[in-house]
Amino acid sequence: MTLPPDPKSISTVNYLNEEKTVASWFFTHDHKRIALLYLASITFFFLLGGVAAMLMRIELIHPRGELFTSTTYNKLFTLHGVIMVWFFLIPSIPNVLGNFLIPMMIGARDMAFPRLNLISWYVFMLGGLFAVFAILVGGVDTGWTFYTPYSSTYSNSWVIAMAVGIFINGFSSIFTGLNFIVTVHKLRAPGMTWFRLPLFVWTLYSTSLIFVLATPVLAITLTLVALERGFGIGIFDPRIGGDPLLFQHLFWFYSHPAVYIMVLPAMGVISELIAAFARNRVFGYNFVVYASLGIAFLGFLVWGHHMFVSGQSVYAGMIFSLLSFFVAIPSAIKVFNWTATLYKGSITFDTPLLYALGFIALFTIGGMTGLMLASLAVDVHVTATYFVVAHFHYIMVGGAVMAYLGGIHYWFPKITGRMYPETLARWAAIILFIGFNLTFFPMFILGYMGMPRRYHVYPEEFQMLNFISTIGTPVLGIGYLLPLIYLGWASFFGRLAGPNPWNATGLEWQTPSPPPKENFAEIPVVTTEPYAYHLLPEAAGIHQETHDR
Amino acid sequence: MTAEAAAEPLNFPFKEAAHQRESALFGMWIFLATEVLFFGGMFTAYTVYRYSHWQAFQEAARHQEWYLGCLNTLVLLTSGFTMALAVECARRGNRGWLLGLLTITWVLGAAFLGIEGYEYHSKFGEHLVPGSGFHFDGTDPGGSELFFVLYFTMTGMHMFHMFVGLMLILFFGVWTRFSPRETAMPNRFEVLGLYWAFVDIVWLFLYPLFYLVHPR
Ligand SMILES: [Cu+2]
Repeated sequence: MTLPPDPKSISTVNYLNEEKTVASWFFTHDHKRIALLYLASITFFFLLGGVAAMLMRIELIHPRGELFTSTTYNKLFTLHGVIMVWFFLIPSIPNVLGNFLIPMMIGARDMAFPRLNLISWYVFMLGGLFAVFAILVGGVDTGWTFYTPYSSTYSNSWVIAMAVGIFINGFSSIFTGLNFIVTVHKLRAPGMTWFRLPLFVWTLYSTSLIFVLATPVLAITLTLVALERGFGIGIFDPRIGGDPLLFQHLFWFYSHPAVYIMVLPAMGVISELIAAFARNRVFGYNFVVYASLGIAFLGFLVWGHHMFVSGQSVYAGMIFSLLSFFVAIPSAIKVFNWTATLYKGSITFDTPLLYALGFIALFTIGGMTGLMLASLAVDVHVTATYFVVAHFHYIMVGGAVMAYLGGIHYWFPKITGRMYPETLARWAAIILFIGFNLTFFPMFILGYMGMPRRYHVYPEEFQMLNFISTIGTPVLGIGYLLPLIYLGWASFFGRLAGPNPWNATGLEWQTPSPPPKENFAEIPVVTTEPYAYHLLPEAAGIHQETHDR
Repeated sequence: MTAEAAAEPLNFPFKEAAHQRESALFGMWIFLATEVLFFGGMFTAYTVYRYSHWQAFQEAARHQEWYLGCLNTLVLLTSGFTMALAVECARRGNRGWLLGLLTITWVLGAAFLGIEGYEYHSKFGEHLVPGSGFHFDGTDPGGSELFFVLYFTMTGMHMFHMFVGLMLILFFGVWTRFSPRETAMPNRFEVLGLYWAFVDIVWLFLYPLFYLVHPR
């Protein structure tokens, strides 16, 4: 009988050290390396967007806004929005964790179209180049929403360059989504039936449907804006009878589903983390699957809730309001199922679970305030105030970024083969949670009191809350920088992790860490459900115990 | 014609030809779903403005050369037919017929662009190009301008897709002609055939919307 390989030895030849040249990274077709290319790029964009946010918060300490001119401030929040939405949040979990994990989770050697996968990164970078160019030569002041006719006629800023950047970026999303869909359909290992797929794969599958079906609408919408601006062929131009509101309809037809592009993958990560650290089967697996698909589907039918005060018909408003309430159902199913999975699990409070719990708390607050915003009457009161800003930052930052970081910690041993410093990481998660709430909770109150978004001059009575919010930013910043530092350190000097440090189920943990180039020496055959923690040897005792009680 | 199917080299991570073919075609179908939504944004705009400016749209459509639209439809559908035959020849590994049919398809596609280009050109002379030079005598000149905005953007986007298709035909055709391989690689032609069929179908919607909407 041969001994199992020493789990503490770093796997000899793996995807990281197999080839060492620079070209082997920039021309790689390996989904794992492409994931790391994305990781580096989006970390850069995150820092860029983060700096803009810091500058805005510093400006808002003072009610008279003395640091920047109004134009500069407008450019700052546009930069922050555009970069964070398209160049960080949308690619974050799909392109980093999704790229790395989907083939491993379904038991494949790579994506269906490895070359297309690499092309999508280059396309992403080309889009980023246009965006950075637009920022460097003068910036854009329209806000990330590019509302016409301001963006098409009146703004004196680099709208076309930015629109081109986002247009190109969209094709990177489309290629990624296409690749994910075909990969999940066609490359599942023997025995990996649809209802044995990890929930992370299901959420990314749902996300990919949105990538493929919503992104082209944004592409054509921005093209129309650019044509109107560049050649004076005014499709949204009210002077010749065009309708600027048509832009809003088209824009939100993409941009509401885009919210789910950002949050569905986050939900997938949370399902994985909760199962692994509660050591339990995911409660109501099928419900969670249908909830993911349901959210993706309903997401296409609610765009009008961004336009309640735009003058759209009251009846349209009522229908959009009702449909928006429906989204709460699959979302709540997920939250309840996570809670039920934790219930009677044997929980260990490692860092990934702390992020997951943070996600549930913040996502719930963000979701509940979303219901307030979906109510027609309340929305009239808080439209375009800081209440909206607080709401979507609870979902996007409190939700999506928390999950992203939780996932990065959880799969860090797989990606690098090493462990991160656990105590430091727990503190970072806690600091992040505190900093986040300090920064964004005051915005709910500010917005409810009537402070409009996108203004840097405000009445004196709002100063206290703005001040608290700004105090929260450096705390939040530390919460982000700490992982950047210790994860960077641990990638080289952390203690060796071994193939499965969390003792988790899932095919990705059946490979050495870091995995070899083609993931599996032999394509695995799947015989169990995805979260078979009850079948692990350790579980036998626990199971017995609960039975006796 | 050789009866057996042409051989397709396997790309990583595929291990079986049938599996690879299915996946390639499936990927193209997904991409076409994207394209439907891309054009869908413009069709939505058309629907909205046709509803709010229906009279102006009818007046504007009277200035369209309906016979050129008909001619283009004929040309494009014929190219679709030759492309479908080309795909079949690629699958059977008949390189001579494949190259011949691709050439015909290419010429027909280029003819389409030529006719469309002639139409664009004549619109300039009639001051029907949106922008500062636009002039239209009618009940709602703005609405008619919107018709031509949509005409130019939608047919323009369609022509761009045609152009991409022609480039691909040229590239794959030349590649096949000079490749040392005995037979053609059928998958790429099947995928290209799907794309070309999609471009045809988009035109089948553009044609009535821009040439046939006015009562005679
Ligand atoms: Cu929305």
